[in-house]
Amino acid sequence: MSDGLKVFLLMLTMCGVTYLIRMLPFVFFKRKVKSRFIRSLLYYIPYAVLSAMTFPAVLYTTENFYAGLVGTVVALIAAAFKLSLIVVAILSCISVLAVLLIF
Amino acid sequence: MEKTLTFKNGIKDGLPIGLGYLSVSFAFGVGASALGVPFFISTLISMTNLTSAGQFAGLSIIVALGGILEMLITETVINSRYFLMSIALSQKLDASFTTAKRFFYSAFITDEIFAVAVSKKEDINTNYFRGLIFLPYLLWSLGTFLGAITGDILPTIVISSLGIALYAMFIAIIIPPSIKSVSVLFVVLLSAAISCVFYYVPVLNENVSSGFAVVICTLVSSVVMALLFPVKEEKEKEDAV
Repeated sequence: MSDGLKVFLLMLTMCGVTYLIRMLPFVFFKRKVKSRFIRSLLYYIPYAVLSAMTFPAVLYTTENFYAGLVGTVVALIAAAFKLSLIVVAILSCISVLAVLLIF
Repeated sequence: MEKTLTFKNGIKDGLPIGLGYLSVSFAFGVGASALGVPFFISTLISMTNLTSAGQFAGLSIIVALGGILEMLITETVINSRYFLMSIALSQKLDASFTTAKRFFYSAFITDEIFAVAVSKKEDINTNYFRGLIFLPYLLWSLGTFLGAITGDILPTIVISSLGIALYAMFIAIIIPPSIKSVSVLFVVLLSAAISCVFYYVPVLNENVSSGFAVVICTLVSSVVMALLFPVKEEKEKEDAV
């Protein structure tokens, strides 16, 4: 198999898998779920996913741990004040940049 | 009375996501060109996948000319969180989402698009969703292209500080409801705690991919909370994420 063909097949596999995982439940889950347990599960899942993806990875977005820590604390405080998503993100980035520039 | 979400509402909500994507996809493009991947390949990958972790992992397999099976397993595990997100989001769709449209729009479910869409009080219609995905998709593709062709014009320190942007957005999404509702706070803390175990315990972080760890944390914490604190119908409506 030529390298070009292999790259093509790998790319095809990659996007095929990524698409199917998103598409199958989206297309085939049509009815509203009645079970109270499942409804509760679906209510909690978004928060659980985002929390698991964020912590502790947010601390290690740069090679400087303290920059990550400062950026995280700034984001937490800004979020507690209910600032909009983009404002929280910008404040956090600026604080990380500031720490990286100073140290 | 609930208002109907419009295309314009979607564009507005999609803007911050798109700006965050621009920096991450730029980094993806720079990284890909550093590995010797031609710009049209990295841009095509971004246009056909629209996912960060999966693309970074997939790119390394492509560069190494790895096996199809390796690609299949890696992508399934890393992206399996989308399966849960798609189920959750499917519960919030209105009648405008016909089967054909679901086939189409499902390709655009990402962590951030899901988070914003599911946090809406109203049901989601296709006009809103089309607006929501427009800028993120455009800027994700454009960022990759720009990153791939311009390489290292931006100082490393700036690219490095942009890395926290998406996480800061996640924090902005989960903190306000955690302050308002104790059960939400519990699920956030429980999930974060399990995630830390996977991250810091050597045996676990060496053997469990980060994508799979996210799936385990999500399922365990949500199941525990759903069993201990099942939600009432009114409560779901009132503070639906």
